[in-house]
Amino acid sequence: MNISNSSFRANSPTVDQVGVVERAKRFQTRSIKKAAKMAGLKMVLNMIDLTTLEGMDTEGKVKQLCYKARHLHDAVPDLPTVAAVCVYPPFVGLAKSEVADSGIKVASVATAFPSGNSSLEIKLDDVKMAVDQGADEIDMVISRGRFHKGDYGFVHDEIASVKEACGAARLKVILETGELGTLDKVRLASDIAILAGADFIKTSTGKIKPAATLPVTLVMLEAIRDHYFNTGVMVGMKPAGGISKAKLALHYLIMVKETLGEQWLTNQWFRFGASSLANDVLMQIVKQQTGAYQSADYFSLD
Amino acid sequence: MNESTATWELEPAPESTAHVQLEKSYGNFINGKFVESAGGSKFSSTNPANDKVIAEITESTEADVDKAVKAARAAYDKTWSKMEAKKRGKYIYRIARLLQERAREFSVIETMDGGKPIRESRDVDIPLAAGHFFYYAGWADKLSYAFPNRNPKSLGVAGQVIPWNFPLLMAAWKIAPALATGNTVVLKPAETTSLTALKLAEVIQQAELPPGVVNIVTGHGEVGAAIVNHKNIDKVAFTGSTNVGKIIQKAISGTKKRCTLELGGKAANIIFEDATIDQAVEGIINGIYFNQGHVCCAGSRLFVQESVHDEVIRKLKHRMKSLIVGDPLDKNTDIGAINSKEQLKTINKYIEIGKQEGADFYQPECSVPSKGNWCPPTLFTNVAQSNRIAQEEIFGPVLAVQTFRTVSEVIKKANNTPYGLSAGVWTDKGSKIFNMTSQMRAGVIWANTYNKFDPASPFGGYKESGFGREGGLHGLAAYLDV
Repeated sequence: MNISNSSFRANSPTVDQVGVVERAKRFQTRSIKKAAKMAGLKMVLNMIDLTTLEGMDTEGKVKQLCYKARHLHDAVPDLPTVAAVCVYPPFVGLAKSEVADSGIKVASVATAFPSGNSSLEIKLDDVKMAVDQGADEIDMVISRGRFHKGDYGFVHDEIASVKEACGAARLKVILETGELGTLDKVRLASDIAILAGADFIKTSTGKIKPAATLPVTLVMLEAIRDHYFNTGVMVGMKPAGGISKAKLALHYLIMVKETLGEQWLTNQWFRFGASSLANDVLMQIVKQQTGAYQSADYFSLD
Repeated sequence: MNESTATWELEPAPESTAHVQLEKSYGNFINGKFVESAGGSKFSSTNPANDKVIAEITESTEADVDKAVKAARAAYDKTWSKMEAKKRGKYIYRIARLLQERAREFSVIETMDGGKPIRESRDVDIPLAAGHFFYYAGWADKLSYAFPNRNPKSLGVAGQVIPWNFPLLMAAWKIAPALATGNTVVLKPAETTSLTALKLAEVIQQAELPPGVVNIVTGHGEVGAAIVNHKNIDKVAFTGSTNVGKIIQKAISGTKKRCTLELGGKAANIIFEDATIDQAVEGIINGIYFNQGHVCCAGSRLFVQESVHDEVIRKLKHRMKSLIVGDPLDKNTDIGAINSKEQLKTINKYIEIGKQEGADFYQPECSVPSKGNWCPPTLFTNVAQSNRIAQEEIFGPVLAVQTFRTVSEVIKKANNTPYGLSAGVWTDKGSKIFNMTSQMRAGVIWANTYNKFDPASPFGGYKESGFGREGGLHGLAAYLDV
C-alpha cells in the first residue's frame, strides 16, 4: 500500500459538527414501546461485550465475569447471552475454557492497550499471545500520536499488520475518539481503519473521557455506510464506554437501523462495549414483564 | 450465538388526547367574550388524518367583522394605546407563560386539527409561538431604544389574516408584535385550522387582557376580505398565497392602510461538491419534508453540483426510506397528513405534471392509513428550470432536483423565479457562503442548515414573496409609525 498522507485526508469527507449533533438528537425522539422495546432490550443484551480491563484483574474476577456472561439473570428464562467477554491477553485461555461451548466469543485487547505506545514488534507479539490462546476477536488501539502528527500511512500500515497477525480472529480497531479532537478526525481515522482491513471500528478504550457518544458513533456509522455503498463490504461498529442506560442503548439501535439498515442489527455487526449496561437492561426487561422496577440489589454485580 | 435476523419495527406510540378539552361548537371571540354570530352559519373542522369532525366553527358575517373591528377600535382608543408600555408587556408575558404551561394541550390540538406530526407541533410550533410572545413582550417598553430619536407611535387596529400551515405560530407572529407596539387586533385564522387560535382566545381571557384588544373571527376567504376592506382597519397583515396577496394589495390601494404580505416561495437549496454531504442530505430532508412541505420557505428546488449528484441522490433516497409517514399523533411520525383534500388534489396534480414532463419520479415504499389525506415523500430528478414543477409552488412534500456546474450558473438559476423568500447554501467553504448570499435575492438564506427560526430573526420576502418583515426588531417597524 503506497498512499501519501495527504491523499488520505483528501479522500475523507468533512463533517459538520452542528448538523451531526442535531441528527443524533433526533434519534432520541424515537419512542420505543411494548414488543419493540422488549425485542430491542434483548437485542442489546445479545450485543454486549462484557468487559473487565483493569490492572487488578485476576483469574477469579475473569471467572466471575464469564459466569455472568452465560447466566445474565437466571430469574428470567429465555434470555440471550452477551456477545463476548473482553479481557486482557493473559486471561484469554481461561476465558475461553470458562465460556466453552456457550457460543460466547472471547475478545482481547492487544497492541499495548490502552495507549498503543510501543513498537510494532511488541504489539504484534501482544496480538499473537491472545490469538495463540484462542481469542476470537482482537481489540487494537491506533497510534493516536502518529495520527495527530499526520502519519496516516503509518497508522494505516500498522492496522494492516495487526490484521494480518489476527489470522481468523476478527479485528476491532479502537480510534479513541476522545483523543482525536474533532469529528473530521473521527471520520478520517474511521476511513483509514476501514481501508486497512478493520472488521469493526470502535470508539474508545473506556479509559478516556468522553468515550462513546451518539454524534461520534453517527460519524463512524456514516463512514461504514459509505464504504458499504462503494464496495458492498460490511464493517461492524462498536461504541464503547459511557453507555450504561438501556434507553440510550435502544437509541443507538435506532441510529444503526436508520443509518445502516436492519442487516446491521445483529451482534455480528454491532456491539456495545460496556460493563454496567447489562444490569440496567435486565432491570428494564423485568420491569416490562412485571410492571414494577426491582431494586438494583436483585441484579448480580460481576 | 443467537443472532436476530427478524425485522425490528416500532410499535405505535400515540400521544394521548384524553387531556384535551374542546367545545362541540365555537363562536367568535369579540370584546373579550365568545359570542355566537348573528346570522352566520357553521362549518366543520375535521381531522385530516381520519376525516373525523373535531368541532363546528362559525362562518362569520360582515356584521360580525364590524363588531370585532368596533371592539378593537374602542379598546385601542380607551385602554391599550394609553396604557403604560410596561403594563402592556406584562400582559404579553402572561400569554407567553400560559402558552408554555398549556404547551402539551396546544400541541395535541394543533396536530389533530392540522395533520402535522406531534414531534413538530411539540418541538417547533408551540415553543416558537410562546417564544414570539416572550420576545415581543420584552420590547413593549423599549420601543424608543429600538428606534432612537424617532418617537415611534402605534397605528391603531390591525386586521390579520393567517394561513393553515403553522396556525398558532402564525397567530403569534401577528399578534405579539402588534400588541407590544400598542395596536389592537382582529385576526382571522384559516378555515381548516381555527382551533388553536380559538384556544389562544381562552389564554387571552386567562391572561385578563382588556376586552377588545384581541378579537378572533373565523370563516373562509370572504371573512378575510371583510376584514381587509373594513374602513376602520389601519393595518393589514397577511400570510398566504401570492394570488390572494395581489388581491389584497389591489383592494387597499388608495387607502391609508399599511400593509405587510408574506406570500409564496420556491426556494433554491444549493448543494456544492465541497459540502458535508451527509449533513446536507439531512438539510434537504428538513428543507422539503418538514410539515409535509406545507412551508412557504420550503427548499423545494434542489440544486446539486453535478460531480456529487449521484452520491447525494443515493443518500437522499436511503434517508427517505427511514421517514415514517402516518398518524400525526404518533410520536415517531416524521410526515403527517396533508392539511386538506383540496391541497392533496393540488399536490397530486403537480406530481402528475412532473411525470408528464418526463422527470424521474421516486417515492419510498410506505403504507399509509386508509382514511385521511396522505402523500409520501416525493422526489423528482432530471428536472429542468423550464419544468412547471421547478417553477410553481406545490406546497407539498415534492422535491424537484436540478444539477449545475458553476457558481455563476447556480446563482442565475436560483434567482430565476418570481419568488424570493428563502434559500439554502451548503458548502464547507465560508467565503463561498458569503459570495452566494450576497448575490441571491431571497429574504432568508440559510447556510449549512435549513428551516431555522428564531423570534429575534426577521423573516420576509423579495419580489412576489411579499414585503415587510416579521420577527426581530424589523417586525416592530411593521406595526409602528416611525
